[in-house]
Amino acid sequence: MTDREMKLKSVYLRKSLLKYIYKAKAGHTGGSLSCTDILNVLYNRVLNVDPKNFKNPDRDRYIQSKGHCVEALFVTLANRGFFPESDLETLCQYQSHYIGHPTKKVNGVEQNTGALGHGLPICVGEAIAAKLDNKTHRVFTLLGDGELPEGSNWEAFLSAYHYKLDNLYAILDYNKQQITGSNEEVMNTGSVRDKLETFGWSVKEVDGHDLKELEAALNNGPFETGKPNFIVAHTVKGKGVSYMEGNIKWHHGVPSQEEYELAQSELTEAEAEI
Amino acid sequence: MQLDKIHEKDLKMGIANQVVFSKTLEELAANDKAILAVTSDSRGSGKLVPFAERYPKQIVEVGIAEQNLVGVAAGLASAGKKAFAVSPACFLSARALEQIKNDVAYSDNPVKLIAISAGVSYGALGTTHHSLHDYAALRSINNMTIVAPADNFETEHAVRKAVEFKKPIYLRLGKKPMPFLNEADQSFEFGKGRVVREGEDLAIIANGETVYPAWLAAKALEEEHGIKTTVVSMHTIKPLDTNLLEDIAVNGRPILTVEEHMVNGGLGEACASFLFQNRYKNPFKIVGIPDEYTVTGSQVEIFNHYGISGSGLKESALELINSKK
Ligand SMILES: Cc1ncc(C[n+]2csc(CCOP(=O)(O)OP(=O)(O)O)c2C)c(N)n1
Ligand SMILES: [Mg+2]
Repeated sequence: MTDREMKLKSVYLRKSLLKYIYKAKAGHTGGSLSCTDILNVLYNRVLNVDPKNFKNPDRDRYIQSKGHCVEALFVTLANRGFFPESDLETLCQYQSHYIGHPTKKVNGVEQNTGALGHGLPICVGEAIAAKLDNKTHRVFTLLGDGELPEGSNWEAFLSAYHYKLDNLYAILDYNKQQITGSNEEVMNTGSVRDKLETFGWSVKEVDGHDLKELEAALNNGPFETGKPNFIVAHTVKGKGVSYMEGNIKWHHGVPSQEEYELAQSELTEAEAEI
Repeated sequence: MQLDKIHEKDLKMGIANQVVFSKTLEELAANDKAILAVTSDSRGSGKLVPFAERYPKQIVEVGIAEQNLVGVAAGLASAGKKAFAVSPACFLSARALEQIKNDVAYSDNPVKLIAISAGVSYGALGTTHHSLHDYAALRSINNMTIVAPADNFETEHAVRKAVEFKKPIYLRLGKKPMPFLNEADQSFEFGKGRVVREGEDLAIIANGETVYPAWLAAKALEEEHGIKTTVVSMHTIKPLDTNLLEDIAVNGRPILTVEEHMVNGGLGEACASFLFQNRYKNPFKIVGIPDEYTVTGSQVEIFNHYGISGSGLKESALELINSKK
């Protein structure tokens, strides 16, 4: 896939996740748009996973800790061939497998997440197991910045350092916002980079909407032998839709018909410019 | 479906119980600076944004960190503050369970745990967001009072009483608007079930958001079958109102229980345990969420699926009555 096709795909994924959120009248719009580029790069340039043989024990693992942004995950998986995109017509409906958080009932989903602060510890376990078994696959997670204050994350940061898990990659979707407001207002985490370096991780900062930068960081690890990898991906919540960008209303806001049409037309314009 | 529409002319519709909580707390906090809301990026779901704007010094925000939320609330309570720790029931009662057990209950710090969007209120967000274990988990912790009010009246009184309550308390609230049940009875006390309808043929013991469907079933049973049903809002599941249970059981009528909780370890089993150990032999059935991961859907769809509806409970009641014969 060319770089241009990758960019087009990001726009397609944004349009598509908005479509299903609009249809379901539910979803985490802002945070899904903020991690769309990360997921695109992961599934189309980084992860060694096969939709036809997902359970291959040698696959790379991706566990989405910020499970509420399941819409971004589901459209990316569908687009990569894990299941027909039309399945998502039933998102959140009675008896559907496609609920408002990642579930293993869906092909391609590693773990049932949605309660924040669970992804990283499971990844530590996967990464330790890979080392024990002399496997070379990598383990990835995506964390929200509002999610960071969960104590379990900091317990896992220690374990990953202790076990020298350089096969582990934690990506921070650093959109600087959560539900109530900015991270700084709600719980000021200060410099995440400094904290993680103090915890013994190797840290890289990237533009989380720059596909090339993301790919370069995610495919060139470990950053330092014997250290777990932390990628601070600077992102914008609601990325790609002008009136959603940086507006906390869209954390789990669902667009009205008018708003929905405006969002789609903005994305169509963006597509034309690629 | 038709059955579940009966209320429109019979009952006055209220608002969501968790909104009643935030409004009542806002009113009380004006004259009581010891009242503090402690939140974990949860003030939006807890409808506490107006509270936070009005009393910026009476809200303690800890970020998305529920264990810290409950620990901090325990410290505040120990220092004499009236700490209301507000978070979705699923996270409050699972993530912070050890803080509840040790720092609140065991150390006897009178924290008011406000469990919002409880049960399956979050519908299609799925199991991570459901709290179908909280009665079972908290019933097995000594020194906990557990209250799930049915309507706005009970909620308002529960919040007022919680402010002065000297013991740990878990208030379990939902986000769906609830009708007022039995406006004639204006009494409310923790540990005293509230009879919202009376009849000698059958009893339905419910709590929280399941009292309303129980009331609907009772009405239909009377109108369609002439069966007269007592409906109890057993808002306090611990300590259980065993006096009321005995009053109900003594004439031998069938007893149906219903709860927005897994059938394991909840209201039904609490009632059954008391009745059986006291030699009551009433026909008895527990309705709730079975021991499985719930079907996907909204709260109403999940309720209907498992028979927690006026029509579903009517059917369960008829089966129970017929099994007696
Ligand atoms: C343990 C837990 N507490 C609370 C929530 C409710 N919740 C869902 S998303 C969210 C905010 C997340 O903010 P952030 O991690 O920054 O995500 P993003 O900005 O990427 O959407 C909260 C509080 C949850 N899902 N899990
Ligand atoms: Mg964020």
